Amino acid sequence: MSNTEDLFAAAKEVAGKVKDTVQAVKEAVQEATETVLEVKEAVQQETAKQANIITPKMAKIPEGPLEKKWTNYKDHQKLVNPANKRRLDVIVVGTGLAGASAAATLAELGFNVLNFCIQDSPRRAHSIAAQGGINAAKNYQNDGDSVYRLYYDTIKGGDYRAREANVYRLAEVSNNIIDQCVAQGVPFAREYGGLLDNRSFGGAQVSRTFYAKGQTGQQLLLGAYSALSRQIGKGKVKMYNRHEMLDIVMIKDENGEERARGIIARNLVTGRIERFFAHAVVVASGGYGNTFFLSTNAMASNGSAAMQMYRHGAYFANPCYAQIHPTCIPKHGDFQSKLTLMSESLRNDGRIWVPKKLEDAKRLQKGEIKGRDIPEEDRDYYLERRYPAFGNLVPRDVASRAAKERCDAGYGVNNTGLAVFLDFSEAIQRLGKDVVAQKYGNLFQMYEKIVDENPYENPMMIFPAIHYTMGGIWVDYELQTSVKGLFCIGEANFSDHGANRLGASALMQGLADGYFVLPYTIQNYLADQIGVARMSTDRPEFDAAEKAVQDKIDRLMKIQGKRSVDSIHKELGLIMWDFVGMGRTAESLKKAVEKINALKKEFWSNVYIPGKADSLNNELEKALRLADFLEIGKLMAIDALNREESCGGHFREEYQTEEGEALRQDDKFSYVACWKYMGEDKDPVLIKEPLDYEFTERKTRNYKS
Amino acid sequence: MDQYIDIKVRVWRQAGPKAQGHFETYELKHVFQGASFLEMIDILNEQLIAEHKDPIAFDHDCREGICGMCSMYVNGHPHGPDSAITTCQLHMRKFHDGETITVEPWRSRAFPVIKDLMVDRQAYDKIMQAGGFVSVNTGGVPDANAIPIPKPIADEAMDAASCIGCGACAAACKNGSAMLFVAAKVSQLNLLPQGKAEKHQRAKAMLQKMDELGFGNCTNTGACAAECPKQVSLTHIARLNRDFIGAKFCD
Amino acid sequence: MWLKDSSIGRKLVMSITGTFLVLFLLFHGSMNLCLVIDDIFGTSAYNWICSMLGANWYAVIGTLILALAVVVHFAYAIVLTVQNRRARGNDRYAVEARQEGVDWASKNMLALGIIVLGFLVLHLYNFWFKMQFAELTGIETSMFDPQDGSAIVKALFTDGWCGIVYCLLYIVWLCALWFHLSHGVWSAMQTMGLSNNKWLPRIKVIGTVVATLTVGLFMVVILYFLGVNIGQMCA
Repeated sequence: MSNTEDLFAAAKEVAGKVKDTVQAVKEAVQEATETVLEVKEAVQQETAKQANIITPKMAKIPEGPLEKKWTNYKDHQKLVNPANKRRLDVIVVGTGLAGASAAATLAELGFNVLNFCIQDSPRRAHSIAAQGGINAAKNYQNDGDSVYRLYYDTIKGGDYRAREANVYRLAEVSNNIIDQCVAQGVPFAREYGGLLDNRSFGGAQVSRTFYAKGQTGQQLLLGAYSALSRQIGKGKVKMYNRHEMLDIVMIKDENGEERARGIIARNLVTGRIERFFAHAVVVASGGYGNTFFLSTNAMASNGSAAMQMYRHGAYFANPCYAQIHPTCIPKHGDFQSKLTLMSESLRNDGRIWVPKKLEDAKRLQKGEIKGRDIPEEDRDYYLERRYPAFGNLVPRDVASRAAKERCDAGYGVNNTGLAVFLDFSEAIQRLGKDVVAQKYGNLFQMYEKIVDENPYENPMMIFPAIHYTMGGIWVDYELQTSVKGLFCIGEANFSDHGANRLGASALMQGLADGYFVLPYTIQNYLADQIGVARMSTDRPEFDAAEKAVQDKIDRLMKIQGKRSVDSIHKELGLIMWDFVGMGRTAESLKKAVEKINALKKEFWSNVYIPGKADSLNNELEKALRLADFLEIGKLMAIDALNREESCGGHFREEYQTEEGEALRQDDKFSYVACWKYMGEDKDPVLIKEPLDYEFTERKTRNYKS
Repeated sequence: MDQYIDIKVRVWRQAGPKAQGHFETYELKHVFQGASFLEMIDILNEQLIAEHKDPIAFDHDCREGICGMCSMYVNGHPHGPDSAITTCQLHMRKFHDGETITVEPWRSRAFPVIKDLMVDRQAYDKIMQAGGFVSVNTGGVPDANAIPIPKPIADEAMDAASCIGCGACAAACKNGSAMLFVAAKVSQLNLLPQGKAEKHQRAKAMLQKMDELGFGNCTNTGACAAECPKQVSLTHIARLNRDFIGAKFCD
Repeated sequence: MWLKDSSIGRKLVMSITGTFLVLFLLFHGSMNLCLVIDDIFGTSAYNWICSMLGANWYAVIGTLILALAVVVHFAYAIVLTVQNRRARGNDRYAVEARQEGVDWASKNMLALGIIVLGFLVLHLYNFWFKMQFAELTGIETSMFDPQDGSAIVKALFTDGWCGIVYCLLYIVWLCALWFHLSHGVWSAMQTMGLSNNKWLPRIKVIGTVVATLTVGLFMVVILYFLGVNIGQMCA
């Protein structure tokens, strides 16, 4: 009996031991597997890095299905507790939709914010000029809209060159933006029942655009500005008006890794160079469309902040993607300072045409006849002819190229031969003058003030102009650049628009970044910075940065050449428009690089800047910006040369279908082209972030049928 | 039809905030009437730069009449002799051959001159900081359609909100009063249900700040509304008065 | 105190005192009309009203309140103007053009007010000094019975050439008053907040009507006596 019992106990013991051993082995195997996986992953990352590839992991794209990614991210990210927030400083450069909303929200959360703008007030940022509206997937019209549909339209509109996870997040938070703005007192247009009204915009089959007359950008910006003003009043945001950032200060942490820790800015009133420290730097400085000199951007809009980030190692992504807006008022002389945009909504009722006969065009160009003198049968409604399904409402890039094609063929309708007609006579007949006036009155009035011609009687003249830049500083899912502690939001980053932006999406992206994305994601970075004490701006890194800025200014002031800044900028604009404009070829782009190099030399040896550097000096400000535009222009040409395909705002004439439509090369160019700075006058290195579409099927855009 | 004209431009030059200012007259030949007023100033500045003289400093940015940065007092009018526009939208066809055009900065104690035609308008920002907002943080707000707003109210709020903060109202006012600016913001927010909760507080705080900053007392001359590039109505001032007096009686 | 320290408070005091003075003027004008009626129909309504407003306690209190309103209205006007000039800054515009839709009167309220006030002094000397003042103090200030206001008025305006000069002076005064009120009345309503998009044009009309009515009442009397005087001189 006892024997059996003993035996049983012994067996049990052995069995237990075996079980333990098996468990241990199992654990060891698992551990080994994990290690192997880790090694594999590390090897992969390293190989990728070596091969200049950015993997989804490096871009910090969260795991999981598309619609869960943002939730997953928020659920697992690090946060900063209120007591620590008070100890952390954040610099925000820019006060447009992205900058103002980010500064206000960060301050509301409890961070100390230093906010900079170059204008005399944060309310003047160029977001204010956006007219049409802002998209959101509210589906208030019950016309079948959804977050997915907004996501899909945006991806498709961008010609499948945007990052899926980012775009989906953008569509997801779009609804919060509308709620937020209404709560701030933004007076969106409403229906008689008191609910919000929507209008439709290009590239969508639903009405999802919220608007406030033709001044949506203004109203949204004033909303963000009021939130910002509230925080300035409370002392949580320190506002620096008329200050221009001239450099970023990098300081090494204890591991020897460089982090953005402040900026050098020039007080534009006194000319003094000032230093500012922060635990993180957020740049929201807008696009670089003014490289073309003539654009719809504001006079002071510039790409210098982006270039400073680029020089410190932040990648410049897709610089060649620039949007050309088809409905701008044509150029009227060499003295012209900027181009004025008229809302895309005009294409809802206006019909675009040029004469069928070349001799009619010649007479128009000489001013012998007017548009209304040409009979109906002699008009070529070329968009309706080429794109029967979408007609005058084709996307911006398509409409712009078609206008250029006609003008290049000699059918332009004004004295420069660079204009087409936008005609409302049919709409006036159909709807009556009153209805047309009600819908478009303010735009007609603006046109009449500028051109001195009554658009009710004679067709308006329009021509494409540079409007928005989809390219910009590369950021990961957290909106952090490839430099630690340096974030980039709004138009300044390479954003969510791929190769082409849909109407009413710029406002959406700016506010999404500023209100709802960056204030979360930046905490994931700042959570690790709570132990970093505020640093003195007397540190050698600040000294060095300030000296570099001062040296650059001194160098410029010393040139004392013969040419004004604007004259060189205009020349750059012409090079850009002629060689890096709407239709690009390998040859034109190579020529552009050559010409820009020569112009850069001319600039650095023959520019004349009057006045002194240590006082208010507009010409110096412009010269500093132009120095960077010259670099951006070159970068745009290099990128355009590299991208041997046509997509969205980038059209390479070698890559088009037989009908003259854009021809994408998905197998070769489905990536984000990130350019890494290698030093002054050295070629940048290309780093690719492949765009593997996991969730969306790529199609060719078709607006014919 | 637009022609080329020869003009003289009489411009206020002032080296700095404390410097003594004076007028200087420049001749400008062959100016196209299709050019905007600021483009004419650009041409003049190019001419000055070519002569190695200091160009005229002036504020400008969007050049499409919405940012509110441009601010010139041309021939006795803020934003010049045309209605419902900003200086950047003023065109040379409003002037004739041989004309002498006088260009001055905004003149108001609360808008000190920085240089030439550039003035400091931070006073407007300070008024905004005192109460030109709805006290709501990002997130945690109700659905946008939760509170219906009658269209006439929304439209009137929009009319008030179209103010661009350029300062023409205070510049035009013989009393140097900023009432139209303050009233437009108070009116916009006090009309909407979202802003009503702080209605009294807002009217008091913003007006107090305006008085404190050295703006004058409104005497309803209506010059502000007459010169306003966005045609903001005087009735908003009445609403501010009403809300302010109401607030004081509620105290 | 917000009626002193805030711009809207100060303006409110101006509008309330102004409104009070306009109401008084309307009463005064209606009362004056009795002079004409008396003269035509041989009644003595004017003197009856004068007797009611002589040395009675309520008339004295009324006069004091009125005087206080004038003083406050004027003192505030001075303060406001000084503040407003200061707010304008030291540098003046070299060129000032007429702004469309801006009344001339609205930019010259102080000047108009001073003209009105100047004549008020004359007016007080002409009449009040000989009537209520004489009655109250018992000092003989004129050859007329202080109770016989009607005679005092008639004597002044129908005194040959001298009467014509007085009539003309009073007409100038009334013109200044009309301009002052043409802006003052609607401006007071605007300051009190009684205006919106619908009512702004209406209160401007109301302002003009009230100004014209007020001035008209006085003007009728002056013109009547001017006519009588000229008639007498010609006869």
